[in-house]
Amino acid sequence: MAITSTKNLKEFSTANDRFEGAHLLCPGCAHSMIVRELMNCTDDNLVIATNTGCLEVSTAVYPYTSWDTSWIHIGFENAATAAAGAEAMYKARKRKGTLKNPDAPVKFVAFGGDGSTYDIGFQWLSGAVERGHDFTYICLDNENYANTGGQRSSSTPIGANTTTAPAGRVSYGKKENKKDMMAIMAANGAHYVAQVAPNKWKNMAQAFQKALATEGPCYINAISACTTEWKFDSKDTIHVSDLATDSLVFPLYEIIDGHELNITYRPKNVIPVRDYLAAQGRFRHLFKPENEHVIEEWQKRVDANWERLQRREEARV
Amino acid sequence: MGIGNVLSNDKRGMIELGAEKKVGWDEVTHGMVLHSFEDDATNISSQKAEDRNYAQFNSYVATVASWRVVKPVYNRDICIDCQNCWVYCPDTSIISRDKQMLGIDYDHCKGCGVCVEVCPTNPKSLLMFAELHNLEDAIASWPEKKKKEEN
Repeated sequence: MAITSTKNLKEFSTANDRFEGAHLLCPGCAHSMIVRELMNCTDDNLVIATNTGCLEVSTAVYPYTSWDTSWIHIGFENAATAAAGAEAMYKARKRKGTLKNPDAPVKFVAFGGDGSTYDIGFQWLSGAVERGHDFTYICLDNENYANTGGQRSSSTPIGANTTTAPAGRVSYGKKENKKDMMAIMAANGAHYVAQVAPNKWKNMAQAFQKALATEGPCYINAISACTTEWKFDSKDTIHVSDLATDSLVFPLYEIIDGHELNITYRPKNVIPVRDYLAAQGRFRHLFKPENEHVIEEWQKRVDANWERLQRREEARV
Repeated sequence: MGIGNVLSNDKRGMIELGAEKKVGWDEVTHGMVLHSFEDDATNISSQKAEDRNYAQFNSYVATVASWRVVKPVYNRDICIDCQNCWVYCPDTSIISRDKQMLGIDYDHCKGCGVCVEVCPTNPKSLLMFAELHNLEDAIASWPEKKKKEEN
C-alpha cells in the first residue's frame, strides 16, 4: 500500500486532496474532515460506497460530485454490501485476468452515518463482516439522524434532546444508553476495530492506514461532532471533539482480531463529563436541578468504562 | 510567492451551486455514471488540483462562496506553516503546496471559522472578518502580540 507520511503535519500536507470543496455539508461539519483525511492518508485507488445520510446527499448534489475517486451512491442500508460486492467482483476479475490494470492497488471503503450503521444498515454490515470481505467500514458517528432533522438513533447518548426524544417538563430526552458498536463489531469478527476522532488527526490517520492495510473486514467508529444537531457554533467543531476525547466520553482505542485491545490516546488531563455536556445545546436541560442525576450517572459510567478498557488492555483477552 | 498560479485553474468556482436549473429526481437515469475528470483519472492522487482536468460536474468547478457572512483572512507574516488549518479544514479550502500555506480558496470556503480556532500563533495568523471587509484593511488592522497575563 502506498501510504502518505503521517510523521508530522507538514509531511502530511503534501497529500493531494481527492475530496473536493463546494459540497453542501454544513459549515464546520466534521464529516468532511474525516473523509478528507481518509483519502489523504493513502495514494491507492479507492472504491467508496456511501449509505444515505448527510455525507451522501451533500457530496452528490445532482449533477455534481465531490469525489475524485470511484464512488457508489447506494441506499440507506447497503453501503457495506455495495463495497463487499465490488470487492468480490474485483477479486473474481483479477483471478480470471480480465482487469485492465491488475497491478494497481485498490482499497474498498464504505461510509455510513450512525443511523445507517447502528440501526438501518446493521444487518447488512454484520453480514458483510461475517463473510470476510476485504473492506473498511467507517461510521461517521454524529449520534442522530442529522440529515432528516435530528431524530434519535441507537447511537444517541442518554439525556440528549432530539426531535423524537424531546426534553421537556416530563422527560430529560433520550432514556436509553448508546449502543456499544465497537464491542459488537469486534465480536462480529472484524479484524481491526478502532474508535477515532478528527481532533486527533495523527491517531485517526494511523488507524485509517492500519485498517486499509489489514486484510479482511475492518470497522472504524469516527466521532463526528455535528454543529447543527449538537447545537454548538460551527467554529467549535475541534474544540467539542477535544472535550469528547479528553472527558473520555469517547475513549480512543483499537481492538485487533477481537481480543487485543490497545488504548491509543490517554488524555494528560482528564476533564469532567460535565464540561463536555455544557458545550452543547442538546444537553442544556441536563443542568436543571431535577436532571443533574443524569450527569452524575454518566460520569460514573464513563469512569467504569475507562477502568474496563484499561483492564482489557492489560488482560489481552 | 503568490497563490496566483495555484488559483489559476480556470475551472474553479464557475458556477453558483444550486443556482442553475435543477433536474428532478425522476429524470435521473438508473445506473447513471458521472465523471469527475474529462480524461483518464488513474493517477489522480499524484496530481495537484491545478494540474487536473476537472469535468464540468466535479463540485470543484462550483462555488459556495455565497454561504459566507464572515471570511477568514490570512496573514503570511505571522504564519509558521504548521498546517493545522489545512488538516482541519472541512471544505478543502486551505491551499498548501510544498509544506507551505499559500492562502484561502474563497470559492469553496463557507466561513465556518475552524481554521482560526486551530491556529496556534500569537497573534493568530488567520482571523475572521466580515465578508465585505477589504483584505488590505483587514491586514492593516491586525492585532499586536498578546502578552501573557500575569497572575
